[in-house]
Amino acid sequence: MTTGLPDAEGTLHELIERMRPAVAYDAAFVGIYSGGAWLAERLAREIAGDHPLGFIDVSFYRDDYATTGLKGGTKRSEIPFDVTGATIVLIDDVLFTGRSVRAAINELFDFGRPASIELAVLIDRGGRELPIEATYAGARLAVARDQNVVLSRDAAGRLSLGIEPFRAS
Amino acid sequence: MPNRNPQLNADGALTHLLTLEGLPPAVIRQILDTAVPFVGIAEREVKKVPLLRGKAVFNLFFENSTRTRTTFEIAAKRLSADVINLNIGASSTSKGETLLDTVDNLVAMDADLFVVRHAQSGAPHLIASHLIAKGRTHVHVVNAGDGRHAHPTQGLLDLYTIRHYKGDFANLTVAVVGDVLHSRVARSLIHGLTTLGTAEVRVIGPRTLLPAHVESMGVQVYEDMRLGLANCDVVVMLRLQNERMKGALLPSAGEYFKHYGLTMDKLAAAKEDVIVMHPGPMNRGVEIDSAVADGARSVILPQVTFGIAVRMAVMSILAGA
Repeated sequence: MTTGLPDAEGTLHELIERMRPAVAYDAAFVGIYSGGAWLAERLAREIAGDHPLGFIDVSFYRDDYATTGLKGGTKRSEIPFDVTGATIVLIDDVLFTGRSVRAAINELFDFGRPASIELAVLIDRGGRELPIEATYAGARLAVARDQNVVLSRDAAGRLSLGIEPFRAS
Repeated sequence: MPNRNPQLNADGALTHLLTLEGLPPAVIRQILDTAVPFVGIAEREVKKVPLLRGKAVFNLFFENSTRTRTTFEIAAKRLSADVINLNIGASSTSKGETLLDTVDNLVAMDADLFVVRHAQSGAPHLIASHLIAKGRTHVHVVNAGDGRHAHPTQGLLDLYTIRHYKGDFANLTVAVVGDVLHSRVARSLIHGLTTLGTAEVRVIGPRTLLPAHVESMGVQVYEDMRLGLANCDVVVMLRLQNERMKGALLPSAGEYFKHYGLTMDKLAAAKEDVIVMHPGPMNRGVEIDSAVADGARSVILPQVTFGIAVRMAVMSILAGA
């Protein structure tokens, strides 16, 4: 069932329009794997400026390691610029509890002390468990707690949104 | 299920690492894959991740080892664990306490993970079985070398190094050279290589330093080093332990070097892009010539660096199981 879900490409366009006038010319874009990484690449291409790209895998900083352990497929975080003093836009596909963002912020501070961190998300689905808000959101949706909103990318690079039964991730 | 592999829990997840023998290839690949992102941690301003924060890792070294103990300690500290090194020789075992009593006492001190090195083959297995029998499934054991049996994290870091430089194992010819008979490193590496489907694994050495039925491990045996090195992608030199020289197994260090010491001249028989590995500590001029050890084909120091990431991967997989 994908009824009620917005078109991902259209939502990305909305996000880009919101970020364009506001984002610092030299802000670094750091995408959270995997959906946020796809978005970061697109945003860096479409928003004018000098935006160094970085990618972050928050698996080593998650707060549910004690109950779920390490899942396979952890990627290496790649932050190829100096974090200390940098203006950073953290990018994720779906903002829900805020726990992944908390983990990503903690991880960024292990690379250095940024000047500021903003948060851009494609979908804000509510349901926060931490005091974390998006600076830029493509769309806001109400989704049942037992449902996951999932971003996919096809071979041509086109993004789409889907709904899956909830799994701890 | 008493016959279940004690290394795996009821869900088939790794809960103790005792040996690579009998481990499913998927579990070995999972460890190697998990080590990849850990290599990057060393390049950060803060060389730590919080995975094992609040966990206590006990290094139980009943046999001396500076390098292995140090790399386990660094790995545990980079995972934010508290690390306690026990100098067993100077502690209560010398007053007569049994191994399992020592373990029970440390569990009562809230140990989460034991890193065990022991001169007796099977000691880590004994500890793991004891913990399972007592229902202490949240306490994990890593074998850091037991007797002549196994040294699985060394085997894993060797596998990681080979995969890093050479990619898939299916097209590789790997030679393990020297004292295979006494080497738990060789045993673990050979099990790992065959499990991951290495095209050809060779052992090279004098018959006196090869186990009696070594062929049954799935290897080709060469007593002539030049023949054995022909077209190899990877050469793993084993340390010739000094104490072996005193027995009747070998004539002399000089004689050994002449036949089985790795020189640039002998290495020329291998492929041009061969990599040379050694688990350390090296005996220069006994099993390996300095020109090779310090040469362009040597990856001996990267092995040490990868070893930390591999041990981080193992501990974080176990502690999360």
